[in-house]
Amino acid sequence: MDYNILIGGSAGQGVDTVGTFVEKALKRMGYYVFSNKDYMSRIRGGHNFTLVRFSDNPLCAHKDDVDVIIALNEETVRVHREKLTPNGKVVCDVAFGKEDDKNLNLPLKEAAKNAGNPKVMGSAAVGATLKLFGIQTAKLEEFLNEVYDGEILAANLKAVEEGYKMVDTIFQTTPPPGEDKHILINGNEAVALGTVAAGCTFYSAYPMTPATGIMSYLAKLQEDANIVVEQAEDEIAAIIMALGASYGGVRAMTGSSGGGFALMVEAMGFAGIGEIPLVVAEVQRPGPATGLPTRTEQADLKFIINCSQGEFPLMVIAIRDVQDAFYQTTRAFNLAEKYQMPVVIVSDQYLADYYQTVEPFDFSKVTIDRQLAGEEAINSDGVYRRYSLTENGISPRIIPGKIENQLVFVDSDEHDEEGHITESAQVRVEMVNKRMKKLEELKKELQEPVKVGEEKGKTLLVAWGSTYGPLKEATERLVSEGISVTSLIFGDIWPLPEKEFIELAKTAEKIVNIEGNATGQLKDIIRQQTGVNCVQSILKYDGRAFSSQELYNRIKGEVL
Amino acid sequence: MCEFKTFDTAWCPGCGNFGILKALKRALTELGKKPHEVVISSGIGQAAKTPHYISVNGFNGLHGRAVPAGAAIKIANKDLTVIVESGEGDTYGEGGNHFIHNVRRNVDIAHFVHNNQIYGLTKGQASPTTAKGQKTGIQTMGVLHEQFNPLAVAITMGATFVARSFSGNEEHLVSMMKAAIEHKGYALLDIMQPCITYNKVNTFKWYKDRVKPIDESYSPTDKFEAYKLAHQWGDDGIPIGILYKKEEPTYIDKIEFLKQGEPLVDRKLDPKNAEKYMADFR
Repeated sequence: MDYNILIGGSAGQGVDTVGTFVEKALKRMGYYVFSNKDYMSRIRGGHNFTLVRFSDNPLCAHKDDVDVIIALNEETVRVHREKLTPNGKVVCDVAFGKEDDKNLNLPLKEAAKNAGNPKVMGSAAVGATLKLFGIQTAKLEEFLNEVYDGEILAANLKAVEEGYKMVDTIFQTTPPPGEDKHILINGNEAVALGTVAAGCTFYSAYPMTPATGIMSYLAKLQEDANIVVEQAEDEIAAIIMALGASYGGVRAMTGSSGGGFALMVEAMGFAGIGEIPLVVAEVQRPGPATGLPTRTEQADLKFIINCSQGEFPLMVIAIRDVQDAFYQTTRAFNLAEKYQMPVVIVSDQYLADYYQTVEPFDFSKVTIDRQLAGEEAINSDGVYRRYSLTENGISPRIIPGKIENQLVFVDSDEHDEEGHITESAQVRVEMVNKRMKKLEELKKELQEPVKVGEEKGKTLLVAWGSTYGPLKEATERLVSEGISVTSLIFGDIWPLPEKEFIELAKTAEKIVNIEGNATGQLKDIIRQQTGVNCVQSILKYDGRAFSSQELYNRIKGEVL
Repeated sequence: MCEFKTFDTAWCPGCGNFGILKALKRALTELGKKPHEVVISSGIGQAAKTPHYISVNGFNGLHGRAVPAGAAIKIANKDLTVIVESGEGDTYGEGGNHFIHNVRRNVDIAHFVHNNQIYGLTKGQASPTTAKGQKTGIQTMGVLHEQFNPLAVAITMGATFVARSFSGNEEHLVSMMKAAIEHKGYALLDIMQPCITYNKVNTFKWYKDRVKPIDESYSPTDKFEAYKLAHQWGDDGIPIGILYKKEEPTYIDKIEFLKQGEPLVDRKLDPKNAEKYMADFR
């Protein structure tokens, strides 16, 4: 069983709210849910829609075909009709008036009026939709009771009930696999939850779509979790404040999207030469410049790994799904402090905004390993040196003010072991070597890409980040049809873990990169690092994410 | 009493920075501060080298960015005394946006701006405070823009401490620094200082002849009077002293969990504490 519901309307009509009702009702019934949003960069008007897919099996991607369209306006019917499956139906108000076999012209507005509030029309539509699938409304009512009270609650409940009575069940559903034990969370929220779990107490950012969701969720928790969430005057201040807080001794983070990150890059280099731990979330949207503010793309990879002038150690982790978003964020904080360097976690609008039912995160798996030094960091002459030269390039780090008479000096200039400005050729070389050695150390603990499909397939597909879900589903479908294919989806991406890829590349007949950009950025990085060329690319850069069906079709049509 | 050591500097002999550094050491010593309890955040420029020449904690960051860094250091650890040492290019030019918004933020830091009305390190271009009409190698027609008035801007933005001093008047400068450090909230101290190499107009003598301590009867509580004083300049005399001062809750005062209890840096961290937030996603 695998159904897909589309909720469409103009911004401000309640697409989001109706989407939440549908997904919460289904999720709490015990179904697996995957929902994603398609929205325009405007506050009112335009056309927005949410897709809510549900199944008795785990889901990791969205689907294009639609079984039910909840149309909050006439335009929704026009735009999406052709996506309907043969038995598909449109839940819409009688006002849309067109008589045909697809449109269920229901008295939704009237039901809302009878319920006492014309604004609850969406709830009547949700009631009708649940009935189409033969799904009880009890869980929806439970959810409505949690978020509303008084007259508005009563109106919503009444509307759901009215809507439910309007139609007959037409879709076959299997019972949910069990009681609901999952959480329904999106990528940004999972990053934010990871941030709190990791003990970050300072987050500064300037609002920018689609990264803002991280800040919004952290802001909601700020008083209870004792985390400072500062809306900075610009992205430059945001990252500098995070660096100041990190130097001051707390775990600190900033986040933005491509254009905002572009403003932060000088400070990224400062974090590198200053050896100040920092976690940055870069939630990509299509660029360049302002690009497509509310759409998705994976085109910042090369920019991120090459951010800032000069050379310095940097780690880049592409997150693959919401589980990964949580655990990799907590890992990023530990790595940033261990290696005293910036760590960028890369996401994108698709992953930032899609909701997925997943196992609750296991907080006992999260460790906070701050790697701070104590008195042992003081040298035999009684002086602490922030940048003392060590075997592995990592200098013991103490927090200013915490050890009597010891000073902590960080510097963006080239500096000596105490942090003071130097122009010595010898010290410059020693310091560059020291910093780059940390990268060699880091390479020993990189995580290899996730492998899906056959152990050693004839066709090797490589991808990164949020392409994971759609590609996993497409790969499994291909393998189930007897096609020999292996997919590698990179998470740790800079430095590039090479072992697994090189091993599989030896026997693969064809290597194809699949990316949400126009130039094949991962392909270039792989070739640069391993000397291996991907012979073919499947690329998408229309501002939308690959669906699994689309990938399946393109792999079959273009590659096999 | 603690000792703030002496280092070799990259400043020109006779530079006004020496007077400022000397006053800073005296101010910290007289306030009984210990070096490890003090952090100087600085950006780039000759003034920004100050933390290298005094034995305290230092955060020598990027051009124009000393103020947000200093503010965040204080938020992370409210036990530290945080001072920003900066030039007028660093603060009013490159960092102008941060200057404005940190006045609004009102974090408890002292901000000392070494204002010599010229870009010295880059060899003599106009700074935001160079007088209109003054010629330089770049401003060959003379400076076309209005001279930036940091004190008037700070007062207008609601700064809680606005003062001016002169590097050639050590006693005055020490007293202003002490008052700024002790003030609860963001404290701007604009310090007039000659650049002996590149500013041939605003020389030591030029300032000496014009600066005059604000009359003792002046009470720095009236915003309008302060604003008027901020506009006194040049041959009319340049008032030095505290122009404006008010008590307002600081950034940390306004956030209950920061105000109460130990500094953020000392809070115990436990991932398990965050587990409860998963209920938001049920």
